[in-house]
Formats: sequence, C-alpha cells, structure tokens
Amino acid sequence: MADVIKKATRESYGEALRDFAEEYKNLVVLDADLAAATKTGIFKKAYPERFFDCGIAEENMMGVAAGLAACGKIPFASTFAMFAAGRAYEIVRNSIGYPHLNVKIGATHAGISVGEDGATHQCNEDIALMRTIPGMTIINPCDDVEAKAAVKAALDFNGPVYMRFGRLAVPVINDKDTYKFELGKGVVLKDGNDVTIAATGLMVNEAVEAAKMLENDGISARVVNIHTIKPLDKELICKCAKETGLIVTAEEHSIIGGLGSAVSDAVTESCPVPVVKIGINDEYGHSGPALDLLKEYGLSAENIYNTVKKALKK
Amino acid sequence: MDAEIKKNLQKTACKVRMGVIEGTYNAKSGHPGGSLSIADTLTYLYFKKMNVDPKNPENPDRDRFVLSKGHTAPALYAALALKGFFPEEEIKSLRHIGALLQGHPCISIPGVDMSSGSLGQGISAACGMALAGKLDGKSYRVYTVLGDGEIEEGQVWEAAMFAAHKKLDNLIAVVDNNGLQIDGKLSEVCSPEPITDKFEAFGWHVITVNAHDFDALDAAFSEADTITGKPVVIVQKSIKGKGVSFMENQVGWHGTAPNKEQYEKAMEELNAQLKELEG
Repeated sequence: MADVIKKATRESYGEALRDFAEEYKNLVVLDADLAAATKTGIFKKAYPERFFDCGIAEENMMGVAAGLAACGKIPFASTFAMFAAGRAYEIVRNSIGYPHLNVKIGATHAGISVGEDGATHQCNEDIALMRTIPGMTIINPCDDVEAKAAVKAALDFNGPVYMRFGRLAVPVINDKDTYKFELGKGVVLKDGNDVTIAATGLMVNEAVEAAKMLENDGISARVVNIHTIKPLDKELICKCAKETGLIVTAEEHSIIGGLGSAVSDAVTESCPVPVVKIGINDEYGHSGPALDLLKEYGLSAENIYNTVKKALKK
Repeated sequence: MDAEIKKNLQKTACKVRMGVIEGTYNAKSGHPGGSLSIADTLTYLYFKKMNVDPKNPENPDRDRFVLSKGHTAPALYAALALKGFFPEEEIKSLRHIGALLQGHPCISIPGVDMSSGSLGQGISAACGMALAGKLDGKSYRVYTVLGDGEIEEGQVWEAAMFAAHKKLDNLIAVVDNNGLQIDGKLSEVCSPEPITDKFEAFGWHVITVNAHDFDALDAAFSEADTITGKPVVIVQKSIKGKGVSFMENQVGWHGTAPNKEQYEKAMEELNAQLKELEG
C-alpha cells in the first residue's frame, strides 16, 4: 500500500475549476476569503477576471451567485461547509433553491476531518440541511478522480448542486482513465451477498478495506459508493436490500439526516431490511489530528468491520 | 418632465394603487401599506425608466428589477399587469391556491426577475445581476427596492460593501423610507438611521428624494445614470399607505387587508383621484 496516492478533494475541486474554465465560458468562481483553503485560489491564479472574492460575507455571496445565475453565468460559490450550508442556509434555500437557479456550491472542509480547528468548523450537518431543499442535488465525492468528475457533472447539469469536499488528503481509489461518473447512480465497487456497505465520501475507502477484512472471516460484503446523496439511487439501494438483507451505511456526517437517513427512508418505503448507520452520533467534534478523530468517532474500516459482524449476529 | 407624461404616470400610479387594494382585498391578506408607498416609484420605473418589454421578457439586454422588500408584491404585480406581462384579472386571485401570483415575488411569474421576500436577500441577487452585466459588457441597469426596516438585516450591509468594492455603478438601490415597520416606528424598534450616512460610509453615491413627486423621481434616477465608479442609493421619503387616506402613516396597515367596507372606501378615493386626473 506504500504506493497509494493521497489527495484532498478540495485540491481536486480547485484544479477542476481551472481545467474546465476554458470549455465552460460562463463558469465563474466566488469565494468568501478562503481561496487558499478551498483551493479556488488555483482557479483565481489562472482566471483572475472570472474570480470574485466576496470577503467574509457568505450570505451575500450566495445571493450574488443567484443573481449571476439568473443572468446566465454558472457560479461556483465556495467556502467551508459550515458557512455554505450552515450560515447561509436560508439564502441557499430562498435565493437559490426556490428559484431553482444554476448555482454550484463548493463546500470544502466538510466533516470532522477538518481536525485541529475543532467543533465550530467541523460541519457534520450539511448534508442533512441541503437534503431538505427541494430540487437540490448533493454530491459527496470519495476521491480526486470522483471529485473532478463531480465538478464536470455539475457543470453539465442545469440546477443547484451542493458539492462536498474534504480538507484531508485521502487515497485515490478510482482510475481516472476508466472511471465514469453518472449523477444519481451509485457504484458497486465489490459484489457480495451477506451485507451491503453503502458508503460516501472518505468512508468509501474504509468500506473497501472493511470488506477485505470481512472476506478473511468468510463474510461476503457488497460495497456501494453513493456519491450522489440526492437524488438517491433508490433502485440500487433496494436491489442491495433485497439481495443482501442488511445495509450498513458509512459517512463522515451526523447519523441524523445524512446518507444513513436517506437510505433508511428509501428502504423503509419500499424494501424493508435492517439499516445500521455509522457516522457522527449526534454529538460535536473536538480538536485533534484528523486521522485520530476519524478513528475516535468510529469512522474507520475497523468500526465498519465490527459493526457488520455485530449486525450479522442479530 | 413633460406635463402630459407626468399626468399619465400619475394616472398609472393611481391604477397601481387600485391593483394593490384589489389584490389584498381579494386575498384577504397581504401588505397594502408598503405597497402603496412604492407605487409611484414602480410606476416611474416600469412606465418611464426601465427598458423592459412584455413581448420579449427574457431579452438579455433588458434592465433588471428585484423587489427586495418582496412583501410589497401587490404593487409590483399591479405594475406588471398594467405593463402587459399578464392579464389584470390575475390580480384578483393573488395569494389564492393554484394562482399565478404568489404572496411574494416568484421568478416563474412573467416579468419577475428574481424570487424575493425573505428580507435582505434581493439586494445580493441584484449585485450578482449587476456583476454579470459588467462581465458581459452589457449596458443594462439593475434596480432594486428595499424597505427601510429591511435594511436592519445584516446581509444588506454585506451587499452594500460588495457593490461598492466591485464598483457596481450599474446598480441602483432604492430605500423606501416610510419610517414604519411591523412592530412600530423605525425609531422605536431598532433604528437603522442615519440611512444616508451609512450608505455614504459604505462608498455609495446617495440621493434623497420625495417618493411621491414624479419630477423629483425623474431627477433622482437621471442623476443616478450619470454616476460612475460606485453604486447609487436613492433614499426616498415616502408615506406608508399613500393614496388611501385612512391607511396613510398607519403602522396597522403594514400587513392587514382591507375588509369590504374599507375596500369600497379606498376604491372610491382612488377612483376620485383618477377622475380628477382624467378631468
């Protein structure tokens, strides 16, 4: 595993904006004094005339993005998830969601892996908030390759999109030459019959590792990457429910309102099987190195492995 | 301003006010007070100033309008209907189930450039539209109307900072200074005064005007056209409920619809004003 390349998806976001700018002339980028951190600085360097720093004023930034979109631009409004989904929630809801404007929200530093900054900046609620907005598409890519594909998909889609990126460098698990991203479609990474592990974001890699550990114990786990949380690939989820009889969800987000809740909603509605949720358990984070925090909060292959074993015993 | 043009604007403003009364009466809800205070301004913008055409509502070169104080939609709808964006009959079903005309402006309504009504948000969208115009090298202007109570929202000042910093001289904001908000007088609730000084400090060109004088409005908006390098705010002194005697300067008419008797009295007054103008 020494050769595994690691890269933060925020970095992929900044590079993708730069790389697609030539092809998409209406693409413009907004930031709220975090261009160095969100990596939109990469775009700014290449296309300064299409980059607008709004200062530390996220509410106005979302409104400006709405106005730009109403005039045919494709604005990427970028800041930390806490401020994009949290502070600016009502502007996203009323000025972007309600008029269904073509605004893309690039929310970086999502989840607990923000690390040392601690609870005030660790946004574990953004997916829950964004899911409640009618017509909002939510993408939570798992690695560099998928993050770039997500930006392209967002550009080709007409409507508001919330994209979730991380601060922490994570393993690149998809092959950039063969990977195909389809909005709203989950990806089966490994087949299996005993349990389905539905994961999103940086938990996808942990799910793959957990499945290997389970394999050693003779447990056949299916691993599904749910990069689009809304609209959810209900067809795939139900197929997995019927074929494996148990779903374990894994996300770097609160167990309230995120992938686990979305999967539970879908399963309860049309293909009831037990759903066990792994995520942040209705609590705040705290300061510490990202990798230590992920372990502490159970966002690890080990915890997925243990959770699956326990669930299968019931 | 040419006397005939002025008289026509006065007549149209009177009809806009009738639309406000008609709409809120039939809706049994809505906000007549602040709608009446901006009736002259909207009339001036839609019938004298702005380049908008109901036959080509999506023209990318058109002037834009965002009603940041979205609760005064009845005035906007009346102006749009009179301009020909949709039939005047629609006014009667304002706020009804299945109606075209929503309680607050919605982008899907012909002639409406932006959904608005959650206060403080419209001005940001207007900034985005003005920025898009600059990027595309277009000469259209973006007009937005805010309430004086609305500017208590912090987002307004984020937008004010942004517009000045980005030198959006194609943005003209109007602050409808009628001095009243839902809970009472501005001076008693949480005063945003001095309004002109605040905008000036934020780097805007400030113009003050009597909101119910078309010559003054014409002078103010014409002055706005000449300003370069900074956004313009027109702080208009207005009378909440203007044109309907028993509604004028009454805080209670912020968000209350007239009953049948009040409706008839208001329409009688407005009809008399119109008749006088036509006579």
